[in-house]
Amino acid sequence: MRRAVLIAVPYVWLLALFLIPFAVVFKISLSDIALAIPPYMPTAKDGIWNMLSQLDFENFIFLTEDDLYWKAYVSSLQIALISTLFALLVGYPMAYAMARAPEQWRPTLLMLVILPFWTSFLIRVYAWVGILSGEGFLNQFLLWIGVVDSPLTILNTNTAVYIGIVYTYLPFMILPIYSALDRLDGSLIEAAEDLGCSRIKAFWLVTIPLSRNGIIAGCFLVFIPALGEFVIPSLLGGSGTLMIGKVLFEEFFSNRDWPVASAVAVILLLILIIPIVLFQRNEQKQVEAEG
Amino acid sequence: MAETVFAPWDDPNEKPLIRFRNVTKRFGDFIAIDDLTLDIFEREFFALLGPSGCGKTTMMRMLAGFENPTDGSIELAGQDIAGVPANKRAVNMMFQSYALFPHLSVWDNIAFGLRRESNDKAAIAARVEEMLKLTRLEKFARRKPHQISGGQRQRVALARSLAKAPKLLLLDEPLGALDAKLREATQFELMDIQEKTGTTFVIVTHDQEEAMTVASRVAVMDEGRVMQVATPERIYEAPNSVYVADFIGDVNILHGAAKPVGQDMYEVGWAADHTPVQASSSRPFSDGQPCHLAIRPEKVSIHRDRPAADNAVRGKILDIAYLGNLSTYHVELPTGDIIKAQVANTRRISRRDFTWEDPVWVSWTKTAGVLLAE
Repeated sequence: MRRAVLIAVPYVWLLALFLIPFAVVFKISLSDIALAIPPYMPTAKDGIWNMLSQLDFENFIFLTEDDLYWKAYVSSLQIALISTLFALLVGYPMAYAMARAPEQWRPTLLMLVILPFWTSFLIRVYAWVGILSGEGFLNQFLLWIGVVDSPLTILNTNTAVYIGIVYTYLPFMILPIYSALDRLDGSLIEAAEDLGCSRIKAFWLVTIPLSRNGIIAGCFLVFIPALGEFVIPSLLGGSGTLMIGKVLFEEFFSNRDWPVASAVAVILLLILIIPIVLFQRNEQKQVEAEG
Repeated sequence: MAETVFAPWDDPNEKPLIRFRNVTKRFGDFIAIDDLTLDIFEREFFALLGPSGCGKTTMMRMLAGFENPTDGSIELAGQDIAGVPANKRAVNMMFQSYALFPHLSVWDNIAFGLRRESNDKAAIAARVEEMLKLTRLEKFARRKPHQISGGQRQRVALARSLAKAPKLLLLDEPLGALDAKLREATQFELMDIQEKTGTTFVIVTHDQEEAMTVASRVAVMDEGRVMQVATPERIYEAPNSVYVADFIGDVNILHGAAKPVGQDMYEVGWAADHTPVQASSSRPFSDGQPCHLAIRPEKVSIHRDRPAADNAVRGKILDIAYLGNLSTYHVELPTGDIIKAQVANTRRISRRDFTWEDPVWVSWTKTAGVLLAE
């Protein structure tokens, strides 16, 4: 009985905060825009059967007709993928250095990785505006040391979006990789060297394969939120930055087209389900391998 | 034809495979190895024995190439190997934790070292099969390390480290993780494999029984120094110091002063109001020199009445440790010293001759003990 209650808690949580809202959004995506409150029809006020009979997939068809939407999806995927790659390239050496650091340093280093979370995400992204803008710290510094003659245009470009995403999600990349590397038995590297591997070869043949699960977990943890990211492209990106999160926001608040915005959200979720399922499977495999 | 005894250490013409020459290793202020000189010969099964922290693992890691000596030189087959990295040495190591690669199958673990030096797939496969056969692992070739038992993992680790046919194989507490029964069987298996392959083995262990069983020679170490290097028999029967005598097996030590009474014969005055005991020793002692007489418990016999022996002392049974095949009697002498006497239980226990508090005599011969200066 107590076990049933215990198991029920997360399911109730999921049901109340995920499945029911999703059902609502899905229903709205099948509705039509209306000048009313709420700004769509039909609603439950029209009677359940009446409402259900008026639902259709018009909005989804509309998404395929206007190339803005699929371009935004593709562009989001591209930005998320490239950001994930950069986060991996930056995060892996950091995680490796942390795992190799003297024992007494590790808690401090771990703390430093988590420290940014103590400040609001929004404020940290705003801070990048100050760093990257034409008169920002970065440009002033580059001008001062004489690397460039005129300020670089970084803010309001895709580059700024990449920087923002990599910066924001870097801890999600570092932590799983660090935990995988931390568990790595040092004598395995010695054994590889003993059997004729150079340092680099031992890294490729032993360290990388044994931290694979950490790499996969880190990549998903960066890729999944980056795909639907809204704040970073809208603050750091320019008019040319096309991301589905931004499109969704504009549909919803600027156009007040809730049904189309909902359809965009439903498609986004469907795209995200694939990596989420893959991520779960990776986690499960890891648990099985260790069990 | 009589088989010649394997004893290259007694042959001055024999060239050692490994030479430690005045090797010192410091970690900061801590001296792990203190001015150590030692020769190990080809085809030897050499055991480094000592308590934890005595420097035996450091010695092994210096041979493997994971540490370099602070002073002195280590030669392998006549060449100084200081500065030669681990991956360039004809030395392989079997790790205490086995260090099997968890992401590779048994087959790939064994092939790992071979693949680093050759691309000949057929030759690698042949060598791996040979190793699998040697260690009786053919059935488990496709399994991952976590899918086999501890004893099998130990054999995979052995096969992997032997696959490259190293000049020297290092074994770091190779049987530490096995249970007693399996350990015993594996010890003989190790000796068998060592003999078959003709590889020089250096084993690190803190288990003296294991060292005595497998090794051709044993080095007893303490605090970074080698106390004695000799065959297991000599280490046991002729230890050169109280430390070695005490470390290997059980021993009774009587402290006293030596008094020469003839050719290699001494009297040891060990208590003021007792007759001195007699002991032979090839090591010279001067008159009145303080000495220690070490006697193994199994060389002490126990009697109800005064025996006609070289040395006999009266005492009282304080304790009896029943070990099944043996019983150890702890006999308290009037001086307060305790002498342990070990007796084989050739009869059923219900017919035991002695019990607690019995007054008894313990005795031993002149040649039973070893006279030690320190």
